[in-house]
Amino acid sequence: MESSEEDRGEPLSRMAEWRDVTPLPQDDGPNPVVPIAYKEEFRETMDYFRAIYKADERSPRALRLTQRAIHLNHGNYTVWHFRRLVLEALNTDLDEELDFIQRIASSNSKNYQLWHHRRWVIERLGSNARAKELHLIKNILSLDAKNYHAWSHRQWVLQALGGWEDELDYCQQLLEQDIFNNSAWNQKYFVVTRSPFLGGLTAMRASEVRYSVEAVVANPNNECPWRYLRGLYKDDIESLVNNREISSVCSKVINTKNNYIFALKMLLDLLCYGFQPCQEFRDAVVALWTSDTHPLDPDLATAICDILEHVDSLRASYWIWRKNKLPVAA
Amino acid sequence: MESLTSPTVTQRDQLLVEQQVFSLFKTFYNMPPSSQSFMLELQRENHVEYLTNGLKQLGPSFCVLDANRPWICYWILHSIALMDEFVDPELEDNTIDFLSRCEDPNGGYGGGPGQMPHLATTYAAVNSLVTLGGDKALSSVNREKLYSFMQQMKDASGGFRMHDGGEIDVRACYTAISVASLLNILDDKLVQNVGNYILSCQTYEGGISGEPGSEAHGGYTFCGLATMILINEVDRLDLSSLIDWVVFRQGVEGGFQGRTNKLVDGCYSFWQGGIFALIKRLNSTKGERSIPLGDGEDSDPESPRTTASSDATEEGLNKDLSQDDSHSQKDHHDTSSRVNVADIGHNSSKGHAKVNPLFNSLALQQYILLCSQDLNGGLRDKPGKSRDHYHTCYCLSGLSVCQRSWLEDEDAPPLPHAVLGPYSNLLEPIHPLYNVVLDRYQEAHEFYTSS
Repeated sequence: MESSEEDRGEPLSRMAEWRDVTPLPQDDGPNPVVPIAYKEEFRETMDYFRAIYKADERSPRALRLTQRAIHLNHGNYTVWHFRRLVLEALNTDLDEELDFIQRIASSNSKNYQLWHHRRWVIERLGSNARAKELHLIKNILSLDAKNYHAWSHRQWVLQALGGWEDELDYCQQLLEQDIFNNSAWNQKYFVVTRSPFLGGLTAMRASEVRYSVEAVVANPNNECPWRYLRGLYKDDIESLVNNREISSVCSKVINTKNNYIFALKMLLDLLCYGFQPCQEFRDAVVALWTSDTHPLDPDLATAICDILEHVDSLRASYWIWRKNKLPVAA
Repeated sequence: MESLTSPTVTQRDQLLVEQQVFSLFKTFYNMPPSSQSFMLELQRENHVEYLTNGLKQLGPSFCVLDANRPWICYWILHSIALMDEFVDPELEDNTIDFLSRCEDPNGGYGGGPGQMPHLATTYAAVNSLVTLGGDKALSSVNREKLYSFMQQMKDASGGFRMHDGGEIDVRACYTAISVASLLNILDDKLVQNVGNYILSCQTYEGGISGEPGSEAHGGYTFCGLATMILINEVDRLDLSSLIDWVVFRQGVEGGFQGRTNKLVDGCYSFWQGGIFALIKRLNSTKGERSIPLGDGEDSDPESPRTTASSDATEEGLNKDLSQDDSHSQKDHHDTSSRVNVADIGHNSSKGHAKVNPLFNSLALQQYILLCSQDLNGGLRDKPGKSRDHYHTCYCLSGLSVCQRSWLEDEDAPPLPHAVLGPYSNLLEPIHPLYNVVLDRYQEAHEFYTSS
């Protein structure tokens, strides 16, 4: 969008084009609370906006005015809403609108209104906008790989316009850069469960387990792959319990006697789901217990709760609560 | 750290925060006891001054919150109420007047006079008025119009739009349902399908996301859980996986993070910490009544009992801090003093049942008092960040939750060792579903159920 006279921050009262408009001051009342000491440009712009908004004037100058108002406060949802009404009335080129949003996003990518506006525009542009949009979101994520709005928007674009084909690879790329990025793991789950190009959760499970187990081995203290593994078996506890890869990575990590909290926790969960541990698991857990005065409880799940109460002492209350909820040993 | 490769962004950012926080803690431990006492004090006067000043005047940089002014009112008024301090009656009147100018003639409140009504600012405005209390404030809400505004915001998916043509998410559901419940205008039409929408937002991690598919997040988890409780569908959630997720959001710093592997932030003291207050209520009312709120089926009051302090052991502060031990009491799940919790807050004479908080209350209090306080007034996200009214509100709300986390009843007096620092740090109890001070909730509840 070309820079307009309104963009240059000059007083609207001095512009010929706005002469016919009587600015409408804010009805703050005589003694407002939380009053903001508006700068003159802000106050004046909003006074003119109020006038145009009240008159419901959907004109080119109204459009320019909303741009000026948005620049002064990205969070004014009333202005954004009115801008949409004006865009519709004027049947404006929405590709240019995307550029406008992008310029705003560069200074503030965590603003609800901006992203919502973007969705509105993309909805109207349709699948032609898809590639460019996915690319833009990638750029924003390259600056902040966990931007919540960007990720939600990305998911919306995929569901509304498609583009799933490269998404799993993209997740993998992000995870290569930062295996601790939970947003990327979440996106992975999203793709695996919803992509029309993959077979669905059950079909993808084996490869996803393998990937997650590798991630666990590389960083056993990384919560992400552990939760992801559990998530892969959301509605199929039996298969989780029977998966040798998962139970054996638990004992593998426990045996290192290092960074084993999540491994112990997973083993505890498995036991609660009915996992029947063989001796190697008992041995691994017993090996962690160094106290001579207090013998480890013969029930493995109870023993794990006791260990966790001590090694994850921040969450001691939780582990005591888990212990009290354990199914009574047969 | 295990990995031999160079640290990732997550690891690096986390390490920086840990270093800052632990250096603060180390300085604290090495102080003489008198200095330590001072550091653990809630700087009430300074906080109240900071807050009251904000209510009276805000600088030009606040223009970015020009569409959020009812929120600023709520953050300030609620914080002051938590500290049981007073707002000048003139300022109170001015607030009522100001908020009425934010009210849209067709219902709902906008971010400022003349702005479109918005569910979040409606929530903030109503909570502000409830916090102010009194007939004038409470009667100033046009409930009929507000109901029709909410109806218009209702979406077929079951969720709510924040404003006309606005975004749909779990936050919008919470703000709508919370306000409707508080004002006693909640009905089947508003509630329909909300549960389905929120259920679709519980992720594989156990927490709740803003929209279906997004990442589990503390703010949305609070909103989702509170909403499900308010509409009496909480059992549809997988509560054990939700609890499992949220307990792991508490970090070595003592504070909570909003999402897995993200940084600690003082505001999650409430969004995440408050979840435990909600769960606690559920555990106490389970099996006794299905609707935790409602009109008083007020039974005969239980004979008052004093809180048994003999069972609790006084643990040394340094021990707690240095070992990061939870304050475990041996008498958890004390069912002998189980009360009929008809409506928490309605029945003033009850027994004082004790529970064990599922999170580490003292560790969180330590984070709030030592890391979030700005000694000049106000509270913040983390050391190095600036104070603001939002963080002041939610850090203090979280602190209130912590102090009462060993008690089943929100309005029972906490034991001294439940309160980190001097007992004068004690804040007013909140109603965890709405995050308003409990006795203000009670007044509003009476007002809106009788009128």
